[in-house]
Amino acid sequence: MPVPTTPNAPAAGVPTIVVVGHGMVGQRFLEALADRGLTAAAGTARVVVLCEEPRPAYDRVQLTSYFSGRTPDDLSLVEPDFMARHGIELHLGDPAETVDRETRRVVSRSGLSFTYDTLVLATGSYPFVPPVPGKDAEGCFVYRTIEDLLAIEEYAKTATTGAVVGGGLLGLEAAGALKGLGLDTHVVEFAPRLMPVQVDAGGGAALLRTIENMGLTVHTGVGTQEVTADERGAVNGMNLSDGSSLATDLVVFSAGVRPRDQLARDCGLAVGQRGGIIVDEECRTSDGDVFAIGECALASDGRVYGLVAPGYEMAQTVAGVIAGETASFTGADLSTKLKLLGVDVASFGDAHGAAEGCLDVVYSDSRSGVYKKLVIGQDGTLLGGVLVGDADQYGTLRPMTGTVLPVAPEQLVLPAGAGGPVTLGPSSLPDDAVICSCHNVTKGAICEHTTLPEVKKCTKAGTGCGSCVKVIGQLLPQSADKGLCGCFPYTRSELYEIVRTLGATSYAALLDSHGRPAARGGDGCEICKPTVGSIIASLAPTLGASGYVLDGEQAALQDTNDHFLANLQRNGSYSIVPRIPGGEITPEKLIVIGEVARDFGLYTKITGGQRIDMFGARVDQLPLIWTRLVDAGFESGHAYGKSLRTVKSCVGQTWCRYGVQDSVKMAIDLELRYRGLRSPHKLKSAVSGCARECAEARGKDFGIIATANGWNLYVGGNGGAEPRHADLLAQDLSDAELVRLIDRFLMFYIRTAERLERTSTWLDRIEGGLDHVRDVVVHDSLGICAELERLMSDHVAGYRDEWSETINDPERLRRFVTFVNAPDAPDPSVKFVPERDQVKPDLDILAGPVLAIRTLEGTAS
Amino acid sequence: MTVQTVRVTPSAEGARVIQLADGDGWFTVCDRSLLTPGRGVAALLPDGRQVALFVDRSGRTYAIDNRDPFTGAYVLSRGLVGSSDGRPFVASPLLKQRFDLATGSCLDDDEVSVAVFGVRAD
Ligand code: SRM
Ligand SMILES: Cc1cc2nc3c(=O)[nH]c(=O)nc-3n(C[C@H](O)[C@H](O)[C@H](O)COP(=O)(O)OP(=O)(O)OC[C@H]3O[C@@H](n4cnc5c(N)ncnc54)[C@H](O)[C@@H]3O)c2cc1C
Ligand code: SF4
Ligand code: FES
Repeated sequence: MPVPTTPNAPAAGVPTIVVVGHGMVGQRFLEALADRGLTAAAGTARVVVLCEEPRPAYDRVQLTSYFSGRTPDDLSLVEPDFMARHGIELHLGDPAETVDRETRRVVSRSGLSFTYDTLVLATGSYPFVPPVPGKDAEGCFVYRTIEDLLAIEEYAKTATTGAVVGGGLLGLEAAGALKGLGLDTHVVEFAPRLMPVQVDAGGGAALLRTIENMGLTVHTGVGTQEVTADERGAVNGMNLSDGSSLATDLVVFSAGVRPRDQLARDCGLAVGQRGGIIVDEECRTSDGDVFAIGECALASDGRVYGLVAPGYEMAQTVAGVIAGETASFTGADLSTKLKLLGVDVASFGDAHGAAEGCLDVVYSDSRSGVYKKLVIGQDGTLLGGVLVGDADQYGTLRPMTGTVLPVAPEQLVLPAGAGGPVTLGPSSLPDDAVICSCHNVTKGAICEHTTLPEVKKCTKAGTGCGSCVKVIGQLLPQSADKGLCGCFPYTRSELYEIVRTLGATSYAALLDSHGRPAARGGDGCEICKPTVGSIIASLAPTLGASGYVLDGEQAALQDTNDHFLANLQRNGSYSIVPRIPGGEITPEKLIVIGEVARDFGLYTKITGGQRIDMFGARVDQLPLIWTRLVDAGFESGHAYGKSLRTVKSCVGQTWCRYGVQDSVKMAIDLELRYRGLRSPHKLKSAVSGCARECAEARGKDFGIIATANGWNLYVGGNGGAEPRHADLLAQDLSDAELVRLIDRFLMFYIRTAERLERTSTWLDRIEGGLDHVRDVVVHDSLGICAELERLMSDHVAGYRDEWSETINDPERLRRFVTFVNAPDAPDPSVKFVPERDQVKPDLDILAGPVLAIRTLEGTAS
Repeated sequence: MTVQTVRVTPSAEGARVIQLADGDGWFTVCDRSLLTPGRGVAALLPDGRQVALFVDRSGRTYAIDNRDPFTGAYVLSRGLVGSSDGRPFVASPLLKQRFDLATGSCLDDDEVSVAVFGVRAD
C-alpha cells in the first residue's frame, strides 16, 4: 500500500469513490472501506459522500427511542472523528441531483460536481403515502427521519388525538410513539390484521388483543378514503372505507416504503417493475461502475430488503468487490425477532405456510396474548413459524428450521401444565447450529470431542467470553466423576464439609490426605487452589485460621485478582473498586475518588452495580492509591473476590413519594454485614423501597423489597448470561427477621453450592429446590439453623478490611512490585492511549512479538 | 499515612540467590526467600526482557517468558502454579491456558509455546 504524502489529501491518480446517501447502509459501507484501507488517509482512494439529511448517518432502527429520551446525537452512527481520521469528504444537506454516466459526473443540489471512478447508490427508501384527498393537509406526517419526529413532536403539543395509517411494523411503532406523546391513538389498517407481512391471522389476533389492552384503538379491514381539514387547512378527521369517520388532529402515514430509485431511473440504470435498482450478486447495477446497496437495491434474488442486516451485507460485499476480494450477496434470511410496544414478536422461515402440503401446529391464548405457530412439512421438517407474546423459543427453533423436530411439535407450543413445553435442550439442536459465537463453532464440531479441555484445545470454543461453556458441558458425555478437578475426587460442597469437620487450615495437607492418589504431594491446580482458599476463608474465624486471604500459604492459593486485591485487565493493569455501601456517597468522598483518579491518570467509569471503577493502575501503584482511599475512609469493594459485591439500593422512603421503608439504610446495613464474605461465586443484593422495584432486587442473589408491613425476601435471582428472577422466600419480615433469614440462607448456600455456582443455578439444582431451602432456613428442618447463624456471626465479628491491613504491613506490601529485581521500575508494557478525554490500554504495545529492547537503567523511573 | 516502598537488594550476603542464564554467564535476580512456593514473580533482564520465575512446592525453580502469547500481556508471573501427572505448569491469569514450566509448551494449544530460561538457585 502506498504511503500517503499528506494525510487526508489523496495522492493524484487515486480513484474517486462517490457515495450517494449517508444512511445506515451508506455509513456501514464507509466503515467497510476504511477497514480495507480504501481511504484518502491511507492514500488509496478519494471518498466523497453526498448526504441529503442535515446530519450524518444515525440509527434509524432505534428512531423511536428519541421519544424515550435519546437525543439525535445519541442515535448517531458516526464516531465524531471518523470522517477526519479517514479523510472522507462528507457533504451534509446536499443531495445528488443528477448523474451523467457518460462523463461519470455527479452534481449536487448546491452545484458541487464530482467525477467518479466508482459510484455507490445508497439512497434508501421513502415512505409511501397513499394518494388520498387531503394527504397534504397541515398535520399530516410520515415516520422515517429525525426531522419527521421533531415535526410530529412539535405538532402533537397542540393535538389530543392522532391516527396512524398502516398497522405494520413501523405503523405500530409510530402509534406507540403517539401514545407516548399523550395522544388518544388510532391505528387504521387496510388488511384484516395487524402486521400482515410478519404474522398470520392468529398472530395478528393475539397482537390485537395485547395492543388494545394498552389503550390503542385499532381499526382493521378498513381503508382511509380521505383526510379532512378545517378552514385553516389543518387536519380534523378521516373518512374510512366502511363509511365511518374518525376525528383526529394529526395523521401519520406508515403504509409501507418504496425504494428511492429516481436518481437511477433518471440516468438510465435498469430498475425493477415494482421499483428498486436492479443489481447482480456483486451489487453492480446495469452499469459496471455503479453499485446500489441497501433498501434502494433490488437484489439478485428478486427482492428489495427492508431490513438493515441485508443492507449491511451488501455494504460489505461492495467494499470487498472494490478491494478486489471475491464477495457476493445472494439473499438473506428474513427471520426477525422484535419487541414491539413491549410485545415479543418473532417470525422465521416459511412463516405463512406457503409450501405445498404443509400443516400448521398452533397454540393460541388470546387472553394472555400468546400465539405460537409452527409450520411443519409433509415429512415432519420444521419449515418456519410465528411467535407472538412469548418468543423465548426463537433462539432454539430458528436454527432447527429445515430439520425434523426431535419431539412432537405440539409439545413445543403448548404451555407448561398442558403437556408442554418441552424445553429443547442443546441435544436437539442440529449439527450446524452455532454454539460458540465468539469462535463460530458448531454443535457438530463440539460433539467430536469428549471433554471440555479437549473442546477448548481443538476448537477454541469456550475460550472467548465463556458464556457457551454451560451448553458445551450439556453436549458432552456426562462423566460419573463429579470431582472438582484432576486433583480432588470430591465436589466443592464435600470439600467444605471435610474442611469444616477436620478443621483443616492447610491446602497442602488437604491435598496430601484427600487428593486423588496421583495428585498427592504435587502442586494442585488453578481450580482447586482458589476453591479451597475460599472455603478456608469462609470458615476462617470458625477454624481459627487467619481471615486475611494473603496470609501464609493462603497467599499462594488466590487467583491473581485476590492476590493483588484488584481486578486484572487485558493489558496487565488493574482496576480498583472502593466499596460504596448501598450506593450512598458523600460529596467529599466523591471528590476524593475524582482526585485519586485524576492524580494517577485512571480511566473512570460508573459500574453497573452503583459503584465507581478506576482502571489502569500498575501493580506498584495499587498501595499508593489505596493509601489515599483508606485515608479518606474507603475500604475494599471486593470486586476481585468471589464474595459480596454490592447491595444496590433505591432512594426509598426518605425521598421517594412511593417508598414505604428506608431501603438505603437497609442496603447499607446488609452490605456492611456481609462484606468480605467469601463464597462459591460472587454474591449480589439489592433493596427496593416499594414494589416499583427500582433497585432491581429480583435480579439478585438475595433481593429485598419493602412492603407496608416490613420486607419481602427473594432469593436466587441472577442477571448475566442466563437471567433468572428471584423467588419469594418469605414475606413481611421485620428488620431482625430479615437479617436472620439472610444469614441462614447465605451460610446454607456457601455450605452446599458447587464451585462457581451462583445461587440461581444452585437453587435450580439442589433436590427439592426452593421448598427444600425454605424448609431448611425458615423451618429449620435439618436442625442446623443455629450453627448457620453462628458461622455468620463469626464472620461478621472477624471482618477486617483487607486493604487497610495490607498498606500498614511492609511485609505484605512486598508483592506490589512489577519486577522483583527492580522494584522501582514501572511495567513498560502497561501503557495507555487517549480515548474520549480519558485513557484506554495501548494494545499495540502488546501485539508482540516482544517489547522493544530497553536497558534496565532505562526503565527505572 | 505514608507508604514504604520495599526495596529488594539482589544477592544479600550469605543468602541463597536466584540466577538466570544470561548469555554465557549468570544474572543474579533476587534473594531466594522472596519467592512463595506455588506463585511467581517477574524479573527484568539487563536487555529489557521480562522473565516469570516460579518455585514449586518441592523448592524447584522455573523460568519462562513473562508474556502471555494469547493476550500479549506481560502477566504469566501472576498465574497459579500447579502440577498434572507430575509435570509443573502455570495457568495464565487472563484466559487460564496452562503452560508447562519445564518446556514452555502450552498444554491447551499445540501450536503455542513460550521461551524457557535457564535458572539456578545457589
Ligand atoms: C465493572 C463491571 C462492568 C461495569 O463497568 O459496569 C463488571 C465487570 C466485570 N464483570 Fe460483571 N461487571 C459489573 C456488573 C455486572 C452486573 C450488573 C450488576 O451487578 O448489577 C452483572 C449482572 C448481574 C449478575 O451478576 O447477576 C454482571 C454479570 C457478570 C457475569 C455473569 C454472572 C452470571 O452469573 O451469569 C460475569 C462472569 C462471571 O462472574 O463468571 C461477570 C464478570 C465480570 C468481570 C469480573 C470479568 C473479568 O473476569 O474480567 C469483569 C471485571 C471487573 C473489573 O475488572 O473491575 N459479570 N456484571 C460491573 C461491576 C459492578 C460493581 O460495582 O461491582
Ligand atoms: C421507525 C423505523 C424502524 C425500523 N426498525 C427496523 C428494525 O427493527 N429492523 C430492521 O432491520 N430495520 C428496521 N427499519 C428499517 C431500516 O431503518 C432500514 O432498513 C435501513 O435504514 C436502510 O438503510 P439504507 O442506508 O438503505 O437507507 P436509509 O437509512 O434510509 O438511508 C438512505 C439515505 O439516503 C439519503 N438519500 C436519498 N436520496 C439521496 C440523494 N439523491 N442524495 C443524497 N442522499 C440521498 C436519504 O436522505 C437517507 O438519509 C426501521 C425503519 C424505521 C423508519
Ligand atoms: S422502588 Fe419505590 S421507593 Fe424506591 S425509588 Fe422506586 S418507587 Fe421510589
Ligand atoms: S460464545 Fe463461546 S466463548 Fe464466547
